[in-house]
Amino acid sequence: MAGEQERMTVSAWGGGESPFAVPWPKLMMWLFLLSDALTFAALLSGYAAMRLTAGGWPRQADFFNINFVVGPMTFILICSSATMAVAVGAARRGDRALVARFLGLTILGGLMFLGMQAFEWTSFIREGARLTGWVGNADGGPLPPMFPATFFVITGFHGGHVTSGVIYLIIKAIQATRGRFSAEMVEVAGLYWHFVDLVWVFIFTLLYLL
Amino acid sequence: MREGADAAHGGGRWYQTYVVVWVWLLAFTVIEVGAVALRLERALLVTLLLALSLMKAALIVAYFMHLRYERLNLIYLVLTPLILILVLFGGVIPDALNAFHLRPRP
Repeated sequence: MAGEQERMTVSAWGGGESPFAVPWPKLMMWLFLLSDALTFAALLSGYAAMRLTAGGWPRQADFFNINFVVGPMTFILICSSATMAVAVGAARRGDRALVARFLGLTILGGLMFLGMQAFEWTSFIREGARLTGWVGNADGGPLPPMFPATFFVITGFHGGHVTSGVIYLIIKAIQATRGRFSAEMVEVAGLYWHFVDLVWVFIFTLLYLL
Repeated sequence: MREGADAAHGGGRWYQTYVVVWVWLLAFTVIEVGAVALRLERALLVTLLLALSLMKAALIVAYFMHLRYERLNLIYLVLTPLILILVLFGGVIPDALNAFHLRPRP
C-alpha cells in the first residue's frame, strides 16, 4: 500500500502530468486569490492594530444602519454567491440559458450591493467622516480618525473588488450568450466572486458587528 | 474538479448542496446580527462572531468554491499559506497592545 502511494506521488510530480489536476486558469485564479487574501489580511490586521491603539472606538450602530442596510447588503451578497454557484453548476451541465440567467442574477446582486454601499458611504460622509479624520465634529468629544480611515480603505478596497467582479461577470455573461463559452471560464469567474463574498464575511463581522 | 462533486449530491437535485449551504450562510448571518442585538458579554460575543465567520468562510470555500472536491495537493496549496495570516496578526497585535506603555503619560 505504501509502495503504491509512493509510486503515485512520484508520478504526479514527475512531469508530464498536472499535480493539481485542475486546468491552469483555475490554478492561477487560486494563486491570485491567495495573494489577495493576504492583502486583505494585512488591511484587517492594520485595522485591528489601529483600533487597539486608538484607546476608544465609536459604536458602529451610531453611524451605520446595521439592521436595514448593512445586514441586507450581506444577505444580498450571500444570495449572489449562491446564484453564482448555480451558474457554475449549470455551466458544467452545458445549460447555457440557465448560465446566462443566473449570471444575470449574480450581476444584479453585485449592483444592489454596490448601490447600498454607496448609500452607506454617502451618509457616513455627510456625518463628517473623511479618509483622514472628521470635519465639523461639534459634540461628543474627539472621535478617533482611524475609524473613518480604516472604514473607507477596507470597504473601498472590497467595493473595488465587487466593481471589477461585476465587470468581469458582465463580460462572461455576454460571452456566454454569444457562444464563446466554456464551463471552465464560468467556474474561474465563480471562484473570484465567491472570494469577494468570503472577504465580506470578515469585513462585516470585524468592521460592523464587533 | 473531480467527479466526486456530483456524486456527493446523492439522490437529490444537482443544486441541492448549494441551496443547503446558502440557507446555512443566511442562518449564521442572522445569528450574528441577533447576537449583537442581544448585547452579549464582550468576550463571548467576539468568540462567537469569529467562530461563526470562520464557519461561513469554510462553507463558502468548501462547497461554493468546490475546494472539498479538489485533489489534496490543491487543498494543501490553498490552506497552508493561510498560516501567514496568523503570523501577521500574531506579530501586529502584541505590538499594538504595547503602544499604551510606550506613550508619554500626560
